[in-house]
Amino acid sequence: MSLLAVAGLTKRFGGVVANRDVSFDVRPGELVGVIGPNGAGKSTLFDLITGVLRPDAGDVRLDGRSILGQRPDEIACLGVARTFQKLRPFPEMTVVENVMIGAFQKTSDVAAARAASLRALEAVGLADRAEAYARALSTGQRKRLELARALATGPRLLLLDEVTGGVDQATVPALVRLVRELHARGLALIVIEHNMRVIMEIAERIVALQLGEVIARGTPSEIMQDRRVIDAYLGEAWRA
Amino acid sequence: MGCVYALIAAGLSLIFGLMEVVNFAHGEFLMLAMYVAFFAWALARLDPLVSLPLAALALAALGWATYHGLIRRVLGGPMLAQIFATFGLAVFLRSGAQFLWGVDFRTIKEPLLSGRLSVGGVFVGLPQLAASVLALGAFLGLYLFLSRSETGLALQATAQDRQAAALMGIDTDRMFALGWAIGSACVGVAGGLLAMFFYIFPEVGGAFALLAYVTVALGGFGNVPATLAAGVIVGLTEVVAGLVITPAMKYAVVFLLYLAVVLWRPQGLFGRF
Amino acid sequence: MKRAVLLLLFLAALAFPVVFTLPFPRHVMIMIFLYGALAVAWNILAGYCGQISLGHAVFFGIGAYTSTLLVAKGQLTPWLGMAAGAALAVLVSQLIGYPVFRLRGHYFAIATIAVGEIVQTLVINWDWAGGARGLFVPIKRPDSVVNFQFHQSKAVYYYIALGLLLLALAVTRWLERSRHGYYFRAIREDQDAAASLGVHVAREKHRAIAVSAALTALGGTFYAQYVFFIDPESVFPLSLSILICLIAVLGGVGTLWGPVLGAAVLVPLSEGTRVWLGGTGKALDLLIYGGLIMVIATLQPAGLMGLARRFRRAP
Repeated sequence: MSLLAVAGLTKRFGGVVANRDVSFDVRPGELVGVIGPNGAGKSTLFDLITGVLRPDAGDVRLDGRSILGQRPDEIACLGVARTFQKLRPFPEMTVVENVMIGAFQKTSDVAAARAASLRALEAVGLADRAEAYARALSTGQRKRLELARALATGPRLLLLDEVTGGVDQATVPALVRLVRELHARGLALIVIEHNMRVIMEIAERIVALQLGEVIARGTPSEIMQDRRVIDAYLGEAWRA
Repeated sequence: MGCVYALIAAGLSLIFGLMEVVNFAHGEFLMLAMYVAFFAWALARLDPLVSLPLAALALAALGWATYHGLIRRVLGGPMLAQIFATFGLAVFLRSGAQFLWGVDFRTIKEPLLSGRLSVGGVFVGLPQLAASVLALGAFLGLYLFLSRSETGLALQATAQDRQAAALMGIDTDRMFALGWAIGSACVGVAGGLLAMFFYIFPEVGGAFALLAYVTVALGGFGNVPATLAAGVIVGLTEVVAGLVITPAMKYAVVFLLYLAVVLWRPQGLFGRF
Repeated sequence: MKRAVLLLLFLAALAFPVVFTLPFPRHVMIMIFLYGALAVAWNILAGYCGQISLGHAVFFGIGAYTSTLLVAKGQLTPWLGMAAGAALAVLVSQLIGYPVFRLRGHYFAIATIAVGEIVQTLVINWDWAGGARGLFVPIKRPDSVVNFQFHQSKAVYYYIALGLLLLALAVTRWLERSRHGYYFRAIREDQDAAASLGVHVAREKHRAIAVSAALTALGGTFYAQYVFFIDPESVFPLSLSILICLIAVLGGVGTLWGPVLGAAVLVPLSEGTRVWLGGTGKALDLLIYGGLIMVIATLQPAGLMGLARRFRRAP
């Protein structure tokens, strides 16, 4: 059975359709990539899955049970964690305190949460900045922080909105390695990514969106040969 | 009354929409405008209707000065600093008025317009009617200015996205100052109109300002036409509540209405968030 | 070092009434403790949880009215009234929270003002509870702890107020170190991000306002038993809500000691100017007060704690 099943999701903002009839599955331990040009509705899709937005039609099922209408925090408690495209650390809290908010999912003991958070920071390579204020971090460090925070909740499914976006080239390989490690440990992930080389490399399956609709889905090699994807997205991306 | 509320609230809404600062001294601005009208009458025998431009100008100057002297310094600061800067100004102006002019209630006697008019069996005071019409007129003028003139559009652009506006070559600092001047001028007009039929005393602004906040929040911050609609709703609610329940409770009913709306639409009736 | 300073301060606070036997210095200290406690309580909701309430006078008034009504109409000891007031304040806070916590930023602040005005209007029009005229706390002699009345000396009030402040500080300290303290701060920083990590935002906000309201209500009861007269103008006004907030802001929001520091500076200042300049009907004290607020807001938005921190960092 699939871990997450998205079926016929539709969301309109006024007259604009952000998502139209979007369907796909994520199996346990699978890494699914979501691609599409800006404004294709990728982040909206994440907001629909995590309960930030309510779809106008369609269903989201986790372990076969609908999670529609549940609050974001309830969905997080079910084991779905996310990062934000526009990074949202808690700036006036220290790095480790940021992560502790996630870690309290697993334990209500402060000392235990702190220990778990330090381990999560270790995992993303940010342990040396644990006592710094989050506002003092660079963009790359903030990405790691968000990742650590989401991981600390102990998720079964992790939604990553742009792993490498806005990060300097030198940091990209480390972040990619990190995502691969998580995947290798059996975590299921949905990854939105603009860097085509990266996503083709790490994803097992890819869903391509354009103007809110799924125009193709399949393995990276299938996607690379799909006419519509090439026309809509890859073409310009390759050329650019 | 709803129209006058709307005008008071429009000034507040304009300033908020522009820079996300709530002017907690708005009621005191109103009070000052009323004193301007009063002294124009007491010293120069000018009727409030005649001195209306004077009140508007004086308040515009005050708004401009407030922006440059106070608001600019807290613009980048936390919301609390902004609240307190304008709140401090409110206390300062209110006690300043008390210091200079005492706590006495003053009224303008023998205004140009007086008496009442019977409209379908309901008596309406002539000054009140004139105030509504003029407030509506001022509101329309404001709306046209914002939506038609180049400066008005520049103001709106600044409100939408200050960085983008700055990149387009709009002097946002000047726009902010202008916003404060115009927003305050609205209160100036409202104050001049109110002075025709309302007592004038240092604390007069308080009740009006509270209603203005609720009006703006009800309409949705920064949305000027919505403020008019909300102003009319608030005015009507007040009258109906005063008639049906008891005059003493009318403001409580207005506030309760706001809370009820909030349950249903947190962003206000017409707000987008 | 820090412990030693605190211990010294505590001992000084205990010894104060022994050294200063005149009513006025004691009165000023009592006011510092009372307003300090109120600001500390406000700070739990506003400073830590980021929900800037401008309607806290509601809870203060509930505390004052509940105990006074129970004393005047039910012959109950104010101590029971104090507990009842706190419980009622918690109940009301939960009801208020339901609409207002849907709002953010300025909308929230304005909605809390609206709530404050509604409650004040209701009490003004509630004749059984004295209406606009207010209520007197029936004087009982001789002084007794049970009656919560001490006419001979302010010393007992002094220690009760000190206890109130210490209680508020202890609760804050405890929250700061618990899971909820972390949640509160996360909600202040970014409530959507907090929700994405599994924080039940609404429940945590309700928790914060409950604690804050209860502590504020305790202060209200104390005030009633100290002044012996309450009316809607003195215990429910918007200006009280704002004063509480101002004290905390002056000292530094979101810090344990900030509100106490703010009270220690502002209360003597306002009591002093009131005695020296007030009463002339010229509102000169308020004029200075208003000017001072503007100066603080423009020069030091992080409050005195921010200033202190900067000094500590500088060398």
